[in-house]
Amino acid sequence: MNLFDYVRPASVAEAVAAATEPGAAYLAAGTNLLDLMKLGAARPQRLVDITRLPGLDTIEALEDGGYRVGAMVRNADLARHPGFAAAFPAVAEALLSGASAQLRNMATVGGNLMQQTRCAYFHDTAAACNRRAPGTGCDAAGGENRTHAVLGWSPSCIATHPSDFCVALAALDAMVEIEGPFGRRKLALEEFHLLPGTTPERTTVLAPGEMVTALLLPPAAAGFRANARYLKLRERTSFAFALVSAAAALQLSGGRITAARIAMGGVAAKPWRARAAEEVLEGEAPERAAFERAAEAALSEAAPSGDNAFKIALAKRVVTRALSMAAAGTPARMPALPGSAFATDNGSSADE
Amino acid sequence: MNEPLPYPAAPVRHGSNSGQPMTRRDGRLKVTGAATYAADTHPEGLLHAALAVSSIARGRVSFLDVEAAKAHPGVVEVITPQNRPALAHDPDSKTLPFSFRMDALQNDRVRYAGQPIAVVVAETLEAATEGARLLAPRYEAEAARIGFGNGLPEPAPMVGVGAPGRAETGDLEAGFAAASQIVETGYETPAQYHNAMEPHAIVAAWDGDHLSIDMPNQAIAMSQASFAAFFGIPVQNVSLRSPFLGGGFGSKAILAGPQVLCILAARMLGRPVKLVLTRAQMYGPVGHRGATRQTLRLGTDAQGRLTALEHHAVSETSTFDDFIEPAANASLNLYASPAILARHDAMRMDTGTPGPMRAPGEASGSAALECAMDEAAQAAGLDPLTFRLINYAETDPISGKPYSAKELRACYMRGAESFGWAGRPLAPRQMRDENGLLTGWGMGSALFPAPMFQAEARAVLRADGSALVETSGADMGQGAWTALAQLAADGLGLDIDQVEFRSGSTDQPDGGIAGGSGHTATAGGALHAAGRDVVARLTELATADPESPLFGAGNSGVTARDGRLVRNDDESRSEAYADILARAGLEALEGTGRGARDPANAEARAMFSHGAVFAEVKVDPELGQIRVSRMVGAFAAGRIVNPRLARSQLYGGMIWGLSFALHEEAVHDLRSGRVMNADLAGYHVPVNADTPAMEALLIDEDDRFVNDLGIKGVGEIGITGSVGAIANAIWHATGVRVRRFPIRIEDVLGL
Ligand SMILES: Cc1cc2nc3c(=O)[nH]c(=O)nc-3n(C[C@H](O)[C@H](O)[C@H](O)COP(=O)(O)OP(=O)(O)OC[C@H]3O[C@@H](n4cnc5c(N)ncnc54)[C@H](O)[C@@H]3O)c2cc1C
Ligand code: SF4
Repeated sequence: MNLFDYVRPASVAEAVAAATEPGAAYLAAGTNLLDLMKLGAARPQRLVDITRLPGLDTIEALEDGGYRVGAMVRNADLARHPGFAAAFPAVAEALLSGASAQLRNMATVGGNLMQQTRCAYFHDTAAACNRRAPGTGCDAAGGENRTHAVLGWSPSCIATHPSDFCVALAALDAMVEIEGPFGRRKLALEEFHLLPGTTPERTTVLAPGEMVTALLLPPAAAGFRANARYLKLRERTSFAFALVSAAAALQLSGGRITAARIAMGGVAAKPWRARAAEEVLEGEAPERAAFERAAEAALSEAAPSGDNAFKIALAKRVVTRALSMAAAGTPARMPALPGSAFATDNGSSADE
Repeated sequence: MNEPLPYPAAPVRHGSNSGQPMTRRDGRLKVTGAATYAADTHPEGLLHAALAVSSIARGRVSFLDVEAAKAHPGVVEVITPQNRPALAHDPDSKTLPFSFRMDALQNDRVRYAGQPIAVVVAETLEAATEGARLLAPRYEAEAARIGFGNGLPEPAPMVGVGAPGRAETGDLEAGFAAASQIVETGYETPAQYHNAMEPHAIVAAWDGDHLSIDMPNQAIAMSQASFAAFFGIPVQNVSLRSPFLGGGFGSKAILAGPQVLCILAARMLGRPVKLVLTRAQMYGPVGHRGATRQTLRLGTDAQGRLTALEHHAVSETSTFDDFIEPAANASLNLYASPAILARHDAMRMDTGTPGPMRAPGEASGSAALECAMDEAAQAAGLDPLTFRLINYAETDPISGKPYSAKELRACYMRGAESFGWAGRPLAPRQMRDENGLLTGWGMGSALFPAPMFQAEARAVLRADGSALVETSGADMGQGAWTALAQLAADGLGLDIDQVEFRSGSTDQPDGGIAGGSGHTATAGGALHAAGRDVVARLTELATADPESPLFGAGNSGVTARDGRLVRNDDESRSEAYADILARAGLEALEGTGRGARDPANAEARAMFSHGAVFAEVKVDPELGQIRVSRMVGAFAAGRIVNPRLARSQLYGGMIWGLSFALHEEAVHDLRSGRVMNADLAGYHVPVNADTPAMEALLIDEDDRFVNDLGIKGVGEIGITGSVGAIANAIWHATGVRVRRFPIRIEDVLGL
């Protein structure tokens, strides 16, 4: 039956209680979930609509200089929040490089974190897919896998996580605030998404009923505001997922890199923080040779999962370029084509 | 369209109606949402149909859980091959004009993924959709044959719509023997899908043995006759309304199984039924542009003149019907060569049958030919434009006939000048912009035939001097109903505000096919002739009437202008149409007209629109990201009825060329045969950010032979030339010759 329960709880506690039942799913803007339901790739028995929960749609500047962002804040609102965008320009750029204006106006912060892979076989209910139907196999292996993972994949699943937002968040040590049947917890976004291993159906650490209530950007993350960029590659200039992307943020002092943050998108089942690359850069001059060495380190463990070896070489170049762009300084205004290699090749600005 | 369209606040006009850049008369309705499409029809008692489609590409359906579907609340009927009522016409026969074999549940066989295997009819769309899912089909599957490596090769004696699969002139071997240089190359183009914004939709209702249909349709009268044959009823019992179309591009010219099934369901259940395909269902039974693999051989002499040109295309088609993309024929009519051979082979695959898609054959063939010409120019050390001018065809290369008109040289010159082509370095990878991006310039020639079909029209002059004109034309968004009304008004000698225009249904005379870029010429010709017919009758009345100021003007003649007949021998003497009718005691005066080409001209001359497209691309040298930054096209396409609409058609074509070059591709899983990107998130067409600064120049062309009005088409030519121009610009920017479309990041990474 296509019948499912629809509940609209009045509080987070009620929502958590309603969603702890097996087969329940939170409904935020529905830009991902409803599409999957129409395809039959998701068949929740209960939708717990959290769009009207009070208090989840605020963007708060914290006293320590960090930010707290409610899970129901819309992607566009966050990207256009003057204080937030100034403190974390790479996050704003990543957000604005994602999807389309219409989707960004709808999509929520929590939904963006929780969105599913775009692997075509995950969407195709006639295909074998361990992530959608555990134990059935993986049709992407040996199928169309040009866009699939080059890091952290396993024989059971080679899919990537599609979010742009999360890449910038992972680079900047964002934390996720979670409310669940057993109370509240916080953890690093970097720990939030799971690699497939033998259980690709588990995409995040959330236990049944657990809900993302907020994102926390630590004050230290704002320390990169002067040198932070997001770079996203894809054939279509807008409204396409990343083939490969990278967030890069630097702190510079006396001609040296004092701190570096790098994460990659489109390469793994989670936003891929490249700590080895960061270490390479610390203490170095912000120059191309160092960036290239960092990029090598970032991809040192990469391996093609199919017809996608080019993504490894491409990812190195993307990391190198993102670092150069970050070193050149955050632009005073958001580029008209946020995240694009052609960000400079246009007259106007996305701020207008 | 049964309501006359209101005209938007009139733009300033000088002189005649045609030639004026009027805005689309449907523009306001479209932007306010008042324009209705077929799926917006909700007759009393409406039922909703949903298709179940196959997920295998080859085999048979062994089980459908009809009980489960029927048990679902709201489901009224499940139609499968078991209970499907008989049709009067076999869906596997090809006897109807322009018909393709279709799948209308005639048996349990599956011949491509996405084939309809059952129809579920319910009180709501939701119930029908869920019912279709509950059918949970099981199959006896056989291995899918998809992709050029797995297909079944076969000779192709016929290609496109009835063209020979092989055409040649001169002695090819001698031509190659005489060549001082031979370039041999190959290009691949993928399967592409029309993806009109409006999905295929139909609402069918029966009243006894009278059938009424609302559906987007590019060939109204032809469809009427075909549906009548399917259901064994007289043609006049079918009334078909084709309201606004949200794009057709060829896919709404050919009838497909789902439409027949919807009508069948309505008859079976005695209630009106609506069927709207989902986006994913548009990647199966309703046609596509078949993939091609093309090889070209070009011989040139020391002066860069072609001595021989050979173009071979292998085109994908289905296992059960033929639409062979006539790609190699792109080489027949453009460049002068003493020897030319174009030939085709088919590659049968387990796919829905391809069909005509905007510039069928011309688009894929031009892509390969223009790139190959670029390679030959490069090999000869010649500028690509110079090379094309050296090989300029003064007469049609394949037939030797003169062209009805050909202003291609002017297109080259004006386009090159506007683009700033002069000074382009010959070698690739020479230009960088201020941001260090590799910059390249490329060009291509554009060519499209100027066909005409048959159409009829009626014009009725009314007592008040206004007129009603009618023909069953199709407005697919291109503005046909605007341009056609302009021509009708011209024929009548009336201001356009005095003309009520009705179109888009079988109530009107046959407006022919909206395809092949021939609709304006054909239906417009018919409307114009109908207007002239009215004027002729009016002239007879007036010049024979002693009471009229026009009496006796029979010899010197009269001119129809602004609702009056004016004496040619004395402009001060004229009479209003209304007065002529009134004195003759007539309530109305009817005229009819036909649009068709003079067969003598058709026989004697080659008829084409021409153009030249110039493109600039930027390529990031490290990241391989490609961006088209500028396109200039110059086109000579006969008399331009409405420059605003013509330009927007040409822009659309050029953007389609960009789409072909860089974005569009249906990706098949070679094992299952399913299209893996059957939605607009996965099947990419350019967004605004991909669309560069564009210029479409209209080059004057006076063509006395193509038809009485000198009108050619502008709907498809913009794609031709553009694909090659972009690919050639990418080579010029990077030095990398990519021989597979669409061109992707990894192709130019230099890995
Ligand atoms: C055509 C298209 C193109 C796109 N392109 C891009 C792109 O380029 N880059 C990009 O980053 N994204 C892209 N997106 C994805 C888009 O960002 C996501 O669809 C969106 O962020 C999801 O947010 P939502 O609020 O609609 O989530 P929903 O669809 O409502 O939910 C998504 C999932 O998250 C769960 N969920 C939602 N909120 C919570 C919560 N608070 N706690 C726990 N679970 C929750 C839901 O149960 C569901 O499983 C694209 C989407 C589409 C349709
Ligand atoms: S890659 Fe993962 S998501 Fe894709 S088919 Fe394989 S298991 Fe499913």
